[in-house]
Amino acid sequence: MDYFLELFSSGMVRGSIYALIALGYTMVYGIIQLINFAHGEIYMIGAFVALIVSGVLTIYGFSGVSILILAAVIAMIYAAAYGYTLEKIAYRPLRNAPRLSPLISAIGMSLFLQNYVLLAQTPDFLRFPELIPEFEFMEPIAHVMGSAELIILVTSAITMIGLTLLIKFTRVGKAMRATQQDMTMARLVGVNVDQVISMTFIIGSVLAAIGGVLVASYIGQINFYIGFMAGVKAFTAAVLGGIGNIPGAALGGIVLGLAESFAAGYVSSAYEDVFAFGVLVFILILRPSGLLGKAVKQKV
Amino acid sequence: MRQSVFKKFVLVALLSLLVPVTASAADTFKIGVAGPHTGDLAPYGIPTLEAAKMVADQVNAAGGVLGKQVEVMPMDDQCKPEIATNAATKLVSQDVDVVIGHVCSGATKAALGIYKEANVIAISPSATNPPLTQSGDYPNFYRTIAPDDDQGKLAAEFVAGKLGAKKVAILHDKGDYGKGFADFSKMFIEQGGQVEVVMFEGVTPGAMDYSAVVQKIRREKADAVIFGGYHPEASKLISQMNKKRMKIPFIGPDGVKGDGFLEIAGKDAEGVYATGPMDVSAYAENQKAKADYVAKYGKEPGTFFDQGYAAMQAILAAIEATGGTEYAALEKALKSNFVDTSVGKIKFDAKGDAEGVGFSVFQVQGGKFVELQ
Repeated sequence: MDYFLELFSSGMVRGSIYALIALGYTMVYGIIQLINFAHGEIYMIGAFVALIVSGVLTIYGFSGVSILILAAVIAMIYAAAYGYTLEKIAYRPLRNAPRLSPLISAIGMSLFLQNYVLLAQTPDFLRFPELIPEFEFMEPIAHVMGSAELIILVTSAITMIGLTLLIKFTRVGKAMRATQQDMTMARLVGVNVDQVISMTFIIGSVLAAIGGVLVASYIGQINFYIGFMAGVKAFTAAVLGGIGNIPGAALGGIVLGLAESFAAGYVSSAYEDVFAFGVLVFILILRPSGLLGKAVKQKV
Repeated sequence: MRQSVFKKFVLVALLSLLVPVTASAADTFKIGVAGPHTGDLAPYGIPTLEAAKMVADQVNAAGGVLGKQVEVMPMDDQCKPEIATNAATKLVSQDVDVVIGHVCSGATKAALGIYKEANVIAISPSATNPPLTQSGDYPNFYRTIAPDDDQGKLAAEFVAGKLGAKKVAILHDKGDYGKGFADFSKMFIEQGGQVEVVMFEGVTPGAMDYSAVVQKIRREKADAVIFGGYHPEASKLISQMNKKRMKIPFIGPDGVKGDGFLEIAGKDAEGVYATGPMDVSAYAENQKAKADYVAKYGKEPGTFFDQGYAAMQAILAAIEATGGTEYAALEKALKSNFVDTSVGKIKFDAKGDAEGVGFSVFQVQGGKFVELQ
């Protein structure tokens, strides 16, 4: 039973990170039907910014939690700026182009950002300081769930609840939902669609940056390529939950994380990816539009 | 027309190269040095040739071995097995006494049969393929470098002996290098029979976390972890083991033993073991060889220079000790006399591997890898 709990907790941690990144994929897809392949790179850039900021703050004598919060906030601002610019440069000019064009442009941006960080920073792995403090009260159960994992779970949960509230109850949220339902109609009733799309990218990027900072601090190392792996998994999670559906992305992330963790624990970690994608195939066979996705009729 | 004239010139030029060899005096010790001296792998062969020539020059300047001069006969094999057999045949037909080489394992294997038939001893500075010595097919083969499986063997012995572990978990990164090390470790642990391999598993490089694997190690009650792979995964594993409050020894190969690991793993690195090539720079012979080389060529010696130098030193010492180049006597001398060489004090074991060279276990102590005795 202990072993089950241990695997469950590590699966939840993994899953909630996948979910944070998957939200960005799914929000963008929901509104402009674009798979933003550069989203994983935003996550990576968030982690890099946090690393640089924490380095600077350490020199200035800040400590522990204050570094974590400041680094995370600055990483979020940077990531938001990147997300906003990304949309403006790579996707907006292609808004009315055939659907394949922005997709290619997304892959291009992903490669560009990866190589930009490779050249501007380093191709090697870098050490990321452990910004999340060790809590005394977690010590008895540290072997099941450590402080860092607790922080990841709590932060992800708060972020996801916040996002849900934002979409349900604010003006921006309402505009986003309207744009998602019908972009032309939303524009006709006075929604500034371009602004809403920019906002979507910004929110998605902020979530990715939070994920990036949490993961980097948890595993203690980053390089320019971490965004790709995380991006692939998060995209899988988004599809699993039903792409375009926000609770679906969260659920998909958790399911994927748990599947991987249990596969690694009970079968073999050599096959964790096999199981993760096996689950995806199985669910898509049963529910082609994902766990929570609705079958959408083609709009004519 | 011009072209055929040119061809004749080339032919004449090539033939003229053979003249000094056939005209060489009979009362010298002929040491063939075979390896890639041209082609893209030449950087692995040239240093050995340079080393052999340096040793020969020094010995000759001091009056030679047993009053005879030492003659180095270079032979290019480009690391290609088919060329290596030709090179070997040529050396044998020129009555070579001993061969230093070949350099690449494939080429070495191809050439060894020919030397074996001709009763010629070959000492390679660099062919690390384990079966070359271990199969017993080539009793005439020796090497001054440790075979590929030595690291795995060392890790296995270390876990069973010094650490006294009863159950060991072996992980690898599914790559050639990492899995190779893991496979050899597993093989030697199972041969040893004292330690049980409770887990043998690949992890995915670049995965977000390894906590599930770490939990599994705990459940299998392993009391040591052997990991085959490079430093990023090793740092991730060791940091997650610490996070999960698992304090058991962690042993990696030379892909872990480096500054990259120390930097990324930070304080988690403390106490981690890694196997790696022995530090030979402290030996007087090594320092002397290096200094001579720098004085002569004005740069640092290349790959396998030390091993080539040691091979030449070992064989000349054996010739001196036996008073000739008779096969059985040389074999006995190589296998029983310790010789001071640039890779330390060595002799060869029954199978032809050098004792006293190879890998050591290092441990991170105070933020540095320290060689354990």
